[in-house]
Amino acid sequence: MKIKVTDRDGNKHELEGDSNSTLMEILRDAGLDIEAACGGCCACATCHVYISDKWLEKINVRDDDEESMLDQAFDVKNTSRLSCQISLSEELDGIELELAPQ
Amino acid sequence: MIEKTDVIIIGAGPVGLFAIFELGLLNISCHVIDNLDKPGGQCAELYPEKPIYDIPSRVSITGQELTDDLLAQAKPFSPVYHFNQQVEKIVKLETNEWLVETSLNKKLKAKCIVIAAGAGSFVPRKIPIENLDYLEDKNIMYAVRNKSILENKEILIVGGGDSALDWTNELSKIANVTLMHRRKEFRAAPDSVSKMLELEKDKKINFLLGQIDSIEDLKNGKIKVTVKNNDEKNNFEVDYLLPFFGLKMELGPIANWDLNLDENLIKVDAEKFETSVPSIFAIGDINTYPGKLKLILSGFHEAALMAQQCFKYCFPDKKNVFRYTTSSKDLHKKLNI
Repeated sequence: MKIKVTDRDGNKHELEGDSNSTLMEILRDAGLDIEAACGGCCACATCHVYISDKWLEKINVRDDDEESMLDQAFDVKNTSRLSCQISLSEELDGIELELAPQ
Repeated sequence: MIEKTDVIIIGAGPVGLFAIFELGLLNISCHVIDNLDKPGGQCAELYPEKPIYDIPSRVSITGQELTDDLLAQAKPFSPVYHFNQQVEKIVKLETNEWLVETSLNKKLKAKCIVIAAGAGSFVPRKIPIENLDYLEDKNIMYAVRNKSILENKEILIVGGGDSALDWTNELSKIANVTLMHRRKEFRAAPDSVSKMLELEKDKKINFLLGQIDSIEDLKNGKIKVTVKNNDEKNNFEVDYLLPFFGLKMELGPIANWDLNLDENLIKVDAEKFETSVPSIFAIGDINTYPGKLKLILSGFHEAALMAQQCFKYCFPDKKNVFRYTTSSKDLHKKLNI
């Protein structure tokens, strides 16, 4: 399963994902610059990413917890998600996203 | 006045709290310093209600329960806590002791320092726009220290949590306040939210939907904040901008203590968990060594081994006889059993 990430400098990375991981775990494991301070329990907003439009509808929607943590993020867009709240699945093979400012 | 103790623990998170216990078993007294206003570190600040499933023997325990239990476990050793302050400076004295100064000018003297600071101190998260630092405390305030300078000023408060709403409600009494948030729902306490909505209804404050886009120094004491809401942009000239985006963690002054670092982590050996500076230890998430795992249980292990080495610094002439809490009468006495 491929994950296509654009970092804050505009560099593109293609990562290998697996369906046992969250998106945040794959980004962190690849050494990309996301803080993920709380370790993935939706208690901070430091794994904020923008999901490319066409992939948004394939992902579960934000729940209340995630919505309220996004209040601590900057430049929140319609495509904003906390990557720790996105469970990967084969359906998301090829997903494209961008790291948000932090 | 300089207070004296055996060991100063920096950080009152789970690993710092367990270190009190392990040191206490060896008759080593502790003072604990933390930047937060309460013990528990990330467990209490970020996820007090969320269950943790990998604490040995605890099938499920919340961050707050873990904190409460660790505090109870440390209590027989009468640790002294110093909250709301961080360690600013450490100096090695001729007596081989450390003199530690906190941001509240508290002075402590100890034989060892144990850094159990997790990912660092919690500090306000700043706006990720470059070159704004010089406006800090001038036009941009991440914390309100002196309310009186805000009197009759134009103030833009940003955020939807407790800090943003509490300050909106408070400052509405003395200044022209606009509160901006990205949505009209708030994670703050329901009381503060209803008070704010009432103030808005009575036109005592303005509420604005939007987010910060850019900030310009008008060089006349004011700043221009460009605000966007979807595709619409608007400018606001204000005296002060108060952004409340929660807290983040930073290594802070520890970075200047000449310890060997690897990025933002402190290098230690995996036997004593001592840093490159003798008698300074680092345990828990803040340290690194080959095979390191950032788990609370690893921090507990590190605390126990660190204590063995601390004993040698604290009681150089004494022999440390290894004892179990199940059987040792001496340990039972210390634990008030």
